[in-house]
Amino acid sequence: MAFNQVARAALFALGLTTAASAPALAQQGLDEPFQKPFKDALAGKTVAFVPVAMNFDLTEGWFAGLKKELEPYGVKFELRDPNWNTNAGAQAVTSLISEKPAVMVIHNPDVQTYAKLLQRAENDGIFVIQINMGSAYRSSGFVGANWIEIGEKDAGAVVKACEGKSNKVAIVQGALSAAASAYTLKGVENVLAKHPEIKVVSSQAADWDAAKAKAITQTVLKQNPGLCGIVGFWDGMDIGTAAAVKEAGLTGKVFVATSGGGERKGACDLVKTGAFDLDLSYDVPTQAEQMAALIKYLLSSGAKPGSIKGSSYTTLIPITKENAESATTCWNLSDLKK
Amino acid sequence: MFRAGRLRRIRVGQQEIVFVVFAVLFVVFSVFLPGFLSADNMLTLLQNVAVLGILGLAMAIVVLGRGIDISLIAALAIPAGLVLQMVQDGHSLAGSILTALLFSIGIGLVNGWLIAYADVPSLFATLAIGIFVAGLGQAFLFQLDVVQWSPGMEGFQRLGQGAILGVPMPIVMFAFACVVVALFLRQTRWGAYVYAVGDNPNAARVTGIPTRPIIVLQYVLAALIGYFAGLVLAASLNSMPTRIFNSTLIYDVILVVVLGGIGLSGGRGGVLNVIIGTLLIGTMLNGMTIMDIPYAGQNLIKGVVLLLAVIADSVLNPRNEETAQQGDI
Repeated sequence: MAFNQVARAALFALGLTTAASAPALAQQGLDEPFQKPFKDALAGKTVAFVPVAMNFDLTEGWFAGLKKELEPYGVKFELRDPNWNTNAGAQAVTSLISEKPAVMVIHNPDVQTYAKLLQRAENDGIFVIQINMGSAYRSSGFVGANWIEIGEKDAGAVVKACEGKSNKVAIVQGALSAAASAYTLKGVENVLAKHPEIKVVSSQAADWDAAKAKAITQTVLKQNPGLCGIVGFWDGMDIGTAAAVKEAGLTGKVFVATSGGGERKGACDLVKTGAFDLDLSYDVPTQAEQMAALIKYLLSSGAKPGSIKGSSYTTLIPITKENAESATTCWNLSDLKK
Repeated sequence: MFRAGRLRRIRVGQQEIVFVVFAVLFVVFSVFLPGFLSADNMLTLLQNVAVLGILGLAMAIVVLGRGIDISLIAALAIPAGLVLQMVQDGHSLAGSILTALLFSIGIGLVNGWLIAYADVPSLFATLAIGIFVAGLGQAFLFQLDVVQWSPGMEGFQRLGQGAILGVPMPIVMFAFACVVVALFLRQTRWGAYVYAVGDNPNAARVTGIPTRPIIVLQYVLAALIGYFAGLVLAASLNSMPTRIFNSTLIYDVILVVVLGGIGLSGGRGGVLNVIIGTLLIGTMLNGMTIMDIPYAGQNLIKGVVLLLAVIADSVLNPRNEETAQQGDI
């Protein structure tokens, strides 16, 4: 009905126009007034990316995803790879501030190191987007996993798996200095506080290192053969945790919950083989798209850097045996780089 | 250890002190930690430090000849990672292993040539080569830091997983490496030359020992043992975390060697020292994990034990002009 009315009104108007200006064009394109300013706002702008290091699934995925979304609009990219060196990272950020890119995408190694620098960058007119690991300074945008939620969900799954069993669980933390690790631990503690029956037999930091995770888990399993679950803090490290569980012949008996970026080889494939029972994915391509959307929005808004501040926490994808086979649950780095 | 003519009193060396520290720790843990002394836990203890021990052997060969090999972790990570990457890219397992073998021999040859013929100090030469090799891997060989297992590697994991007669494979591999290195050092002429060169390079040269080829041989052997350790590590983890190059593992390797009593001034020590150093580190790590000591506390304890060993050594064996040598610790 409504469509008919509109159509009729349009026809009527058209008739009037035709009648009024006798030899006029029957159809005319209409200029969309906002697209050109949008294109102008993006063209030739520089986005700088400072991860903690390249060469692993998360940072490679973010960078490839950002490029895929923004390069067609003429956005230039600058990559500074500190290769796990926090000092080199701080230097990169400092020198970028004087180079004045339009946007800096920052992956913080810890909460404090870059905080002051990022504030200075926004004061100097550079938008700062923080990814996955935030700093103490809240910048224009944050895109990333909610580590507390990850800790709660992983611990919740382990507690559930332990029902009617020994109630002994182990925690394999990341690096002590990393906020992501501390936040995840808080989430785990939140759940354990509600379940006094659960006994934590070991809570050790493995420094994001698969070999250390394996060594710790082996010792813990020998001491506590009845262990019913392990909360790990990153799937890249928990390959080692899972290897220890497998070697003890306890795959399927000890519930291994972890989290990661959802890359196929590092996540889905390992859930399929039973190495992990639950891998919470913060789907890297989606994070990259959200960052790109934020950048498009901020650049086209005309807002002053630091004048608005918001967050976009990532909706987690729990990877289990049920969806590990699916083609859409995980992503392939090779596809994203095409 | 005790050579005729030099023995004036019963000398309590680093090796003995570390052995005593190890024994004391072991007894204390056995008494106070339930489950520590079980056969299962003993095997876990050894398994956890097996790769460290193998690397210790490689470092020992170099240190015996008055050198040091900082590129050892690169020699562990990059060739072994290359095997996994090549298989992932569709090459045959045998061909990949051979390619990586040639690559690691190359690392050793360049190290050795720089040190023996170009007279570059070993610390700088191996530091540079290590960074170069790791950079090469990061830039050209691997897509990601962690090289994942692929179906083509099937069967190869037995090098680092499973057990023979109840003994986990990494321990078997460590034992195998110990026997090979011990035979090389004690039973072959080349092994004797390594000691001679380490003890007094000038005297060795005057005697007619081919000192330069011997030095090259040491670094090639170290790179090969590093490659072997890398394969065992990759097999036991079902992946190769090449980022291990950025870790502090190299300090642990030096710790094993020095703590075990192999003097950095060369010519002193052997496989037994590496085993003792490895056992001490393994016992500490295992005991602290069972006690669930937080990470920071573990570092503190490791530091204190090392300090105690070093202080005890310098009290019992005060340095003087005769014993002090350049590079001695």
